[in-house]
Amino acid sequence: MKSITAENIKRNYGKVEALIDISFDVNKGEIFGIIGPDGAGKTTLFRILTTLLLPDSGSATVDGFDVIKDYKSIRKNVGYMPGRFSLYQDLTVEENLKIFASVFETTLEENYHIIKDIYQHIEPFNKRRAAALSGGMKQKLALCCALIHKPSVLFLDEPTTGIDPVSRKELWVMLKNLKQLGITILVSTPYMDEASLCDRIALIQKGKFLNIDSPKNIVEQFQKKMWGIKSKNMSKLLNDLRANPEVNTCYAFGETHHVTLLNEKFTIDNVKKYIENKGHNDVSITEIAPTIEDCFIELAKEK
Amino acid sequence: MKVISANNLTKTFGDFIAVDNISFDVSKGEIFGFLGANGAGKTTAIKMLCGLSKPTSGKGFVAGFDVEKESEQVKKNIGYMSQKFALYEDLKVWENIRLYAGIYGVPEKEISSKTDLLLESIGFQKEKNTLVKSLPLGWKQKLAFSVSIIHEPKIVFLDEPTGGVDPLARRKFWELIYQAADKGITVFVTTHYMDEAEYCNRVTIMVDGKIEALDTPQNLKTEFNQNSMDGVFHQLARKSIRKAD
Amino acid sequence: MKQFLIFTKKEFYHIFRDRWTTLILLVLPILMIILFGFGITTEIKNTKFAVYDPSRDVASQGIINKFSTSEYFTLSEYLDSPEQIEKLFQKGKIGLVIVFSEKFHENILHTGEAQVQLILDGTDPNTALTLTNYATQIINLYQQEQKESKNILYQIKSEIKLLYNPTLKGEYNTVPGVMGMVLMLICAMMTSVSIAREKELGTMEVLLVSPMKPIIIILSKVVPYFFLSLINLTTILLLSVFVLKVPIVGSLWLLIFVSLIFIFVALALGLLISSVVEKQMVALLISGMALMMPIILLSGLMFPIENMPIVLQWISNIIPAKWFIIAVKNVMIKGLGIASIINEIIILTSMAVILTAISLKKFKTRLE
Repeated sequence: MKSITAENIKRNYGKVEALIDISFDVNKGEIFGIIGPDGAGKTTLFRILTTLLLPDSGSATVDGFDVIKDYKSIRKNVGYMPGRFSLYQDLTVEENLKIFASVFETTLEENYHIIKDIYQHIEPFNKRRAAALSGGMKQKLALCCALIHKPSVLFLDEPTTGIDPVSRKELWVMLKNLKQLGITILVSTPYMDEASLCDRIALIQKGKFLNIDSPKNIVEQFQKKMWGIKSKNMSKLLNDLRANPEVNTCYAFGETHHVTLLNEKFTIDNVKKYIENKGHNDVSITEIAPTIEDCFIELAKEK
Repeated sequence: MKVISANNLTKTFGDFIAVDNISFDVSKGEIFGFLGANGAGKTTAIKMLCGLSKPTSGKGFVAGFDVEKESEQVKKNIGYMSQKFALYEDLKVWENIRLYAGIYGVPEKEISSKTDLLLESIGFQKEKNTLVKSLPLGWKQKLAFSVSIIHEPKIVFLDEPTGGVDPLARRKFWELIYQAADKGITVFVTTHYMDEAEYCNRVTIMVDGKIEALDTPQNLKTEFNQNSMDGVFHQLARKSIRKAD
Repeated sequence: MKQFLIFTKKEFYHIFRDRWTTLILLVLPILMIILFGFGITTEIKNTKFAVYDPSRDVASQGIINKFSTSEYFTLSEYLDSPEQIEKLFQKGKIGLVIVFSEKFHENILHTGEAQVQLILDGTDPNTALTLTNYATQIINLYQQEQKESKNILYQIKSEIKLLYNPTLKGEYNTVPGVMGMVLMLICAMMTSVSIAREKELGTMEVLLVSPMKPIIIILSKVVPYFFLSLINLTTILLLSVFVLKVPIVGSLWLLIFVSLIFIFVALALGLLISSVVEKQMVALLISGMALMMPIILLSGLMFPIENMPIVLQWISNIIPAKWFIIAVKNVMIKGLGIASIINEIIILTSMAVILTAISLKKFKTRLE
């Protein structure tokens, strides 16, 4: 059985098309990532799947229940963590947990084994108010609150936004552990580097899915050879490369510029000569594997 | 030429040492990355350098002025932008530019030519009369950055400028940073994207209020035997004992 | 039930962990009572008056004419006996009764002296004071004219008598008004703000995506403020009896009964506001502007309703506080029984029922 299915979901806010024809499904026990920038429609999609919003057209099911007709059943069986730290800031860690346990008609003890690993991180701060926790801690607490009733499907809307890289990494380890318990996880993120941590991902931009596949397949689908080029003066290098008519794309990617060429006849040796003629020192050119971010840029351009 | 110089800067709040005796120099035109987990002391350090918070001990010089005694001079020579930095959403693009040009003390007769120049440099001529709230996030960030350097400051502080922006816009944003650095503006930037650390000429990593590493990305990767800045950062940040903010 | 109890407790945590909220909820009522204790001058036009005139002679008719032609007063009726006076005031239809002594003109001619009694409703001391001034002026004017035209020298003594509030205490007007304001403020504003806060924080999203029934969410929001408003009601009544020396003349239970109905109206209004707003700030502004301003201006707390333009008088009818304040005045100060406020009770009850129905219906189980 599929944990989540969505067919041709459309949703507008006034004239703005937030979601245009979204279809996908998520298998049981899968970590499925919705990857895309702010404003791409991630939150709208999450709200429709968690029964908070009605789609204008299309249908969706979660755990076999229809998001419109059976919304009450869905609300009993899923865990949801909205994009903001949805905690009571003036209540302590312990009080927050107790309240959310009561919301889901359960107790902290009943499903302690589910949240144990995560809860141990924050247990030392049991008596501290949520407002005084760091971003990472807040997110762990919110995750505990969303898991307290042992949901079959977990919806995490941008759980890693606004928290530091260390906490981000910890959070992903926790998600992997939850997957072991058989919980299906739908997670959204604007961080492209987190894509590889998902079983499958959907790249989303302006309300449309650009591609749905495993991160590995998406990268393999990238047609062109990708070159990583660097020199002493990266800023000038960028302009010089772009000025060359044989260069297809050239984007700054931190350490190197990621470059694709228009056709293979113009070899990379020619590029090297061209750069050196422009007076660059310490030129280094290596063939590199494209990242999800390269794929995203490429796919976004095609659409 | 040193445009920022921190000598044993320390800031304590009661018993808590937020920034613990940090020292570093930043040269003109350099892109200087400032990394650290939440609560490592980044924000406090930036506040001291911008003249918003007085150091408990130590000295800081920005653009040649003492951050403690000449904070007004410091403020005149810096620009600031953050992810949360507010352009006024209900004002038009040119109204925002005009407003900030005024705030930053750009002479009245230069404002209109500077506005045109700015619009041209980021390709916003058509959006001149658009309300800022109807711009995509990536565009807002570009505009905010350009506005923050409209008075041609010596240094611009960027606090997580690219959060949530789409990949292409993120690239374009860094190109703007490159351009600014080419013009001789020193860029002091914090980020949570470790790949962005690679754009910087030099990077410092703060852990528990102290600077644990300071070098070029290449040297740091060699030193810590990692193939990405992400690896370097995690190796250092794991040492942290400070947990909450 | 357990859910409900935990949630109610949580709501109290929210209230008492924020110093400002606590302060506003518990100290504001006291401050308001004191602040509104000061009188506010008002101008009155076309007040209806009745006349008890056993002599019916030239002089009394002359004075009555002077009153009717003035812009301040309109003649309503002649009374047959002094017993009718009290009843008229209890109906609240008139603002002044003029009582002439027997053989009014004869007394003037023979002794050069005569007496007029002016009876006013003292529960609204501002109005009473202004009316007294106008009335004495008119009588003095009449005297003056007589002196000039007929060269008759005499003196009309006007004696002023205030019903219900013989010492003309401002507090008599303030207490019911402040009760209306405070109860509305605590119930409507705080309820709407606290629900808006959950929306702003994102916790409302989590609550909605849970098996929790909407009615529990609503009840757990409403109950704490219901209790707080009872505390405030007690504070205000204690303050008014022991500090301001305004006694509760009528039945305390009846007063509490009316207040409870009003509290329900206010809570329902708060729920209604919270169902349409997303932000705390907006909830605050709406309850501040849309609820408090009309209460202050149109409920008769500061300005007498009879003095307002007709349109505003109509509008004042939909302000719950207007009816509540009338009822409180009748019970607490005039000491009247349930029969005198049956209209107010019916109006307030129907408001409570209608508003609760609308707000329950409008409570969204989704975000839009």
